[in-house]
Amino acid sequence: MYTTELQKTKPVASTDPADKLAAFEARVAADEFIEPKDWMPEAYRRTLVRQISQHAHSEIVGMLPEGNWITRAPSLRRKAILLAKVQDEAGHGLYLYSAAETLGTSREEMIEALHSGKAKYSTIFNYPTLTWADMGAIGWLVDGAAIMNQVPLQRTSYGPYARAMVRVCKEESFHQRQGYEIMMHLAAGTDAQKRMAQDALNRWWWPSLMMFGPPDENSPNTAQSMRWRIKRETNDELRQKFVDITVPQAEAIGLTVPDPDLKWNEEKGGYDFGEIDWSEFYAVVKGEGPVAKERMRARVKAWEDGAWIREAADAYAAKQAERNAA
Amino acid sequence: MSKDWPLWEVFVRSKGGMAHRHVGSVHAPDGEIAVKHARDTYTRRMEGVSLWVVRSSDIHASDPADDAQNFDPAQDKIYRHPTFYDIPEGITHI
Repeated sequence: MYTTELQKTKPVASTDPADKLAAFEARVAADEFIEPKDWMPEAYRRTLVRQISQHAHSEIVGMLPEGNWITRAPSLRRKAILLAKVQDEAGHGLYLYSAAETLGTSREEMIEALHSGKAKYSTIFNYPTLTWADMGAIGWLVDGAAIMNQVPLQRTSYGPYARAMVRVCKEESFHQRQGYEIMMHLAAGTDAQKRMAQDALNRWWWPSLMMFGPPDENSPNTAQSMRWRIKRETNDELRQKFVDITVPQAEAIGLTVPDPDLKWNEEKGGYDFGEIDWSEFYAVVKGEGPVAKERMRARVKAWEDGAWIREAADAYAAKQAERNAA
Repeated sequence: MSKDWPLWEVFVRSKGGMAHRHVGSVHAPDGEIAVKHARDTYTRRMEGVSLWVVRSSDIHASDPADDAQNFDPAQDKIYRHPTFYDIPEGITHI
């Protein structure tokens, strides 16, 4: 799962020494990796902490819409697959939190920021999962969009982030395939099943396109992030690629992309597609998604319900340390 | 809100004969739980046959600012490489 940069911080006057900054820019321009102990501009560190922690939060919150369906999966096979996928999302969140921590933030701070509503996560998870077909649509479209975003990030300039992305991408491709397989089976099923698949595509298509973030002209930090190799392709480039590969996948299983303006453009070698409703996007970013409050409630409840086991582990570790000292 | 458990660096041996390699980190109250967390987090797909965890605070690292003095001297000692030496034609197995 992936979130594009959702929270902008106001630019602050740089106090970075010019010679160090120049050396840093040259290293990044030469595609070298920056490692935790290397000198880096404050804005680079800040942008990365924000981007990586938002990405981590998205993985963690991303477990909720799918967790909703684990007990209702239609077969043991589907249930085992869904469990494995949700467990992967937890793992991805942990890889990313670890990567963010190398920049000097703590796990505690990040989790606190998520639970208090200060931190953002991908808007896509604030939509409800109404039917089993949503598990198909999420795997196929949401994980598909995530992969599209994450593949270039394997070459991002910050070493720990890039390495986390390599692991994530390797694991993510099964997520997309299992989702497409669900859609494929439903689309080839009874009329009611086919309608269910089409309905899921209708509801998830536009939010998936929004996952790539605001259009380039409204994404003021893109230029700097591209120069710093924090981002490797722009929001619009990635969105276009996603549309171009996904439309034929929908057609192949007899589903229709819910966009009357969708049309192959021979000249550009890609699809033209309709206007995205950005007012919806910004409303969801602000926490007005249909199930935003429910998601955070579930997340905080899980954390609080697990407190006793963290305390027990602490008490056990303290007891063992005491015995070893004696 | 509890405070964070200590951080542990995780190393995985991918198969017998290979060295343990750093893969990331986990939080845990002690080594035993750190190994369990490392197993769940980093070896869900047969990534390894053995795990090491080390308290992150126990790792001492070189300072990147000292890279030049630490690592550059090797550059002017090319006589450490076999290709530095000219061996006449016809002499083999050396």
